[in-house]
Amino acid sequence: MLNNRRLVLAHFWFAFATFGVALLLGAWQMYVRSPLHAWLRQPELYYRSVTAHGSVMGYVFPTLIAMGFGYAITELSLGQALRGRRWAWAGWWLIVVGSLMAMVTVALGKASVLYTFYPPMIGSPFYYLGVVLVVVGSWIWVALMSINLRVWKRANPGKPVPLPMFANVAGSYLWGWTAVGAALEILFQILPVALGLKSTIDSGLARVFFSWTLHAIVYFWLMPAYIAYYTLVPRAVGGRLYSDGMARISFILFLVVAMPIGIHHLFADPQVGSGFKFLQSVFTALVSVPTLLTVFTICASVEIAGRLRGGRGAFGWLRVLPWHEPMMLAVAFSFVMLGFGGAGGLINMSYQLDSTIHNTQWITGHFHLIFGGAIVIMYFAIAYELWPQLTGRALTSVRLMKWQLWLWFVGMIVTTFPWHYAGILGMPRRMAYFDFSNPALAPEAITVTMSAVGGLILVLSAVLFFMVLVRGHRGAAVTPAQFEFATAVHPPATLPVALNSFGLWIALMVGLTVVNYGYPIAQLLVLKETSVPAVWMGGQR
Amino acid sequence: MTTERLFSLRNRWFVLSVGSTISVAVVAALIGFVWLPSVQTDAQFTGIWNAICSAAGVPQKWLSSTPVTSRVKTSDVVLTPSTLVNGDALSIGRGATLALRCTMCHGPQGLSQANSPNLAGQYAAVIYKQLRDFQSGARTNPVMAPMVTALSDQDMRDLAAYYAYLPRVTGYHPASRPVPDIVAVGSPMRNIAPCASCHGAADRTIGAPWLEGEPAIYIRAQLQAFASGDRHNDTSEQMRNVVRQMTPAEIDAAAQYYASQRP
Repeated sequence: MLNNRRLVLAHFWFAFATFGVALLLGAWQMYVRSPLHAWLRQPELYYRSVTAHGSVMGYVFPTLIAMGFGYAITELSLGQALRGRRWAWAGWWLIVVGSLMAMVTVALGKASVLYTFYPPMIGSPFYYLGVVLVVVGSWIWVALMSINLRVWKRANPGKPVPLPMFANVAGSYLWGWTAVGAALEILFQILPVALGLKSTIDSGLARVFFSWTLHAIVYFWLMPAYIAYYTLVPRAVGGRLYSDGMARISFILFLVVAMPIGIHHLFADPQVGSGFKFLQSVFTALVSVPTLLTVFTICASVEIAGRLRGGRGAFGWLRVLPWHEPMMLAVAFSFVMLGFGGAGGLINMSYQLDSTIHNTQWITGHFHLIFGGAIVIMYFAIAYELWPQLTGRALTSVRLMKWQLWLWFVGMIVTTFPWHYAGILGMPRRMAYFDFSNPALAPEAITVTMSAVGGLILVLSAVLFFMVLVRGHRGAAVTPAQFEFATAVHPPATLPVALNSFGLWIALMVGLTVVNYGYPIAQLLVLKETSVPAVWMGGQR
Repeated sequence: MTTERLFSLRNRWFVLSVGSTISVAVVAALIGFVWLPSVQTDAQFTGIWNAICSAAGVPQKWLSSTPVTSRVKTSDVVLTPSTLVNGDALSIGRGATLALRCTMCHGPQGLSQANSPNLAGQYAAVIYKQLRDFQSGARTNPVMAPMVTALSDQDMRDLAAYYAYLPRVTGYHPASRPVPDIVAVGSPMRNIAPCASCHGAADRTIGAPWLEGEPAIYIRAQLQAFASGDRHNDTSEQMRNVVRQMTPAEIDAAAQYYASQRP
C-alpha cells in the first residue's frame, strides 16, 4: 500500500536530477585536472565545481533518497497511511528551494568554499542559508518518522516494530543528532561572519563542530543501502533474512557509535588534544563491528537463497545464485566496494597510519568508493525495486539495468583504485591542476588519466540509469504486486524492549557525544584568542 | 503490553550496553590520556596530571626562552570587507583637498605620468593601508615618508575615499596580449599562487590592489623590492614568499602584462 506515490517520486526525481548534474561536474573535474587537459586558466572554476558537486552529493542527493525511501517504508512496512503529508511536502519544498539557492550562489562564484565550508574561508550567506534550509527540510522528515512510528506503536502495543521501519527511524534519529554539529557551526560561527557582523572566526572550533557532522553523515548516507541489504536483498534473491535480531543490533550500533567519532577527521588539526583523538580512534574502530555483522548476516541470507536453489558444497551455492537479477548484481558489487573501501577506512581511522595519507587523494578515493560506489549502487537498486510501485508500470529494461550496474561498478573501481594509489604517492587533494612535467609528479600522471576514464564510464552508467527510469514511466501500466520486505528465518513474535525502542540508544548516543566532544568544545569556547581573520571568497572584482 | 523496564539494572540489555560502552571509553581514555602520553619524556608530560592535561589539549607553555622580536617593522593595519567601502561625500571632498599635495607624482586626476602608481579608482582599503604603512615605517620610501608624517588617521581615510571615488581611466592600451602563466596559474611546484587569485580576475584578497594599467616599471620595482626584502609590509609575507620564487622573466612578464591591461 503506497498512498503517497507523488511524494516519494518527487523526492527521488529531484534527488536523481541533482545527482545527474553533480556527476557531470565531477567527471569534468576529473578530466580538467588530468594530463588530458591543459591547465585550467581559471582555476576558480574548478573550486566552484567542487563546491557544487560536494554540496549536492553530500547534502541534497542522499538526504532526499533517505527521505523518499523513508516515506515509502513508513507506508509499506507499517501498513498505515503517512501522517503529516503536508509537512512532508513542506520539507521537500524547503530542500528544493535551499538547494537551488545554494547552487545559484555557488555557480555565481560567490561561495567556492567546498561543501565542508573550510573556515576561515567565508562565502556568500545565501550559500549557507540554502544548506540550512536543506537541513531544516530533512529535520521535518526526522520528526515525521518518529511520529509515524509512535502512531503505529500506539495502535500495536507490544508488537515488534517491522525491521524496515526500525532501521529507517534509527537512521532518521542518527541524522537528526548528527546534523546538529554543522547547524551549530553555520548558525553561530559562519553566518555571523558571512553576514558581516564579525570579521574573525574561530576556525578550530568551527572544524570541531563540523567533524561532529562529518563522519556520521556518511552513516546517514549508508542507511538506505543497509536497509536495502537487510529488507530487500534476501527477498529479491529468493532467500530469507538470516537474523532479524542481528539486523536490529547493527542499526543500534550505528546509532550509538557512528556519531561521536568525527575527530578522526581532525588528526592533523592542532586544536584538539591527542587523548581525544585516540579516544575517538577507538570508537571509530568500533563502527566496523556493525558493518562486519551486516556482511556476515547478508552473506548468510544470500547463502540460504543459494542452498534453496540447490547449491551444494562450500562455494557451490554461489554459482546458482540469481545473477540475472539486478538486485543480486547490485549487492555483490556493493559488497566488493564496501570491502575495499572499508579496508581503506581502517587505515584512515588509525591515528598513526592516517598521517601517511591525510589530505591526499587517498581520502577522496576512499569516500568515493564507499559512498559513490557501495552506497549509490544500492540507491540505484532501491529505485529499481520501488519504481513499479511508484509509477504503476513495470520496469522491463532488465538488460539495460544490468549494463548500468556493471558500468557503475567498473567505472567506480577504475576511478577510485588509481586515486588511492595517487594518494599513497603523496598527491594532495583539492588541486585544480598538477605540474605533471615535474619529474617528481610524472608517475602520478597516469593515475589521474585512469581516474578520468573511470569518471567517463560513470557518466555512461548514469545515462543508462536515466533511460531505465524514463522508460519505466512510459511502460505498459500494470497493477504492481503487493510489495513485500524480506522475512526473517525466524520472524520475531516478541522482542525485548531494548530491540524495539530507541530511548536507551539515543541516551547512549548523546552521552557518548558529551564524553567525546564535551571537553574539546568547552575548551575552545573558553580559550581566548583562538579566532583568526576570515577570508572572504568571491569578493569585489 | 509489555511491562519490561528498560532503564533498570535488572535489564540485561541495559547493563550490557551501558557497561560495555563505559568500559570501552574508560580503557580507551586510560590508554590515550595516561599510558601513551607517559611515554613522552618532555617535562610537560611528567606526572599523571600533566600527562592527562597534555593529552586533553590544555594549553601549556612549551618555550622556556623569550621569543626574539624582529627588528623589521611589519604592517599592523587590520582590514575587513567593510573597511572604507562607502566613502561619504564629505570625506571625498576633504580627500580631494588633501590630494592636491599628491598631484606632483600621482597626477591631478590620480593618473601618474612619473611611473608612480595610478590611484584613480583604486580600492580605498588598499590606499589607506599603504598610507598607514608609510607612516608607521612598515613601508619605506624617501618621497612618501615626509608626505605622510603629518597626516591624521581621518586624513588617510579621506584620501583613500577620494581616490577610490575617482573613475578608473582606461586610456590607451595597445593590442591585448595573452595572459602569462604566472598570472593565470602560477607555479604550484614552486608554491607560487597565480597573481589573479588575489589581484582580481580569479578572486580578490582584501588589501590587494588591482594592477591593470599600472606602470610596468613600478610593478617590477615593487616585485623586486619584495624579493629582496626591502619592501616588507605585505600581510603574513604573502608577496615576499611568492616573489622570492619568481624568475626575473616571470616578474617582467607579470609587470608587462598588467601594465598593458585596461583598468
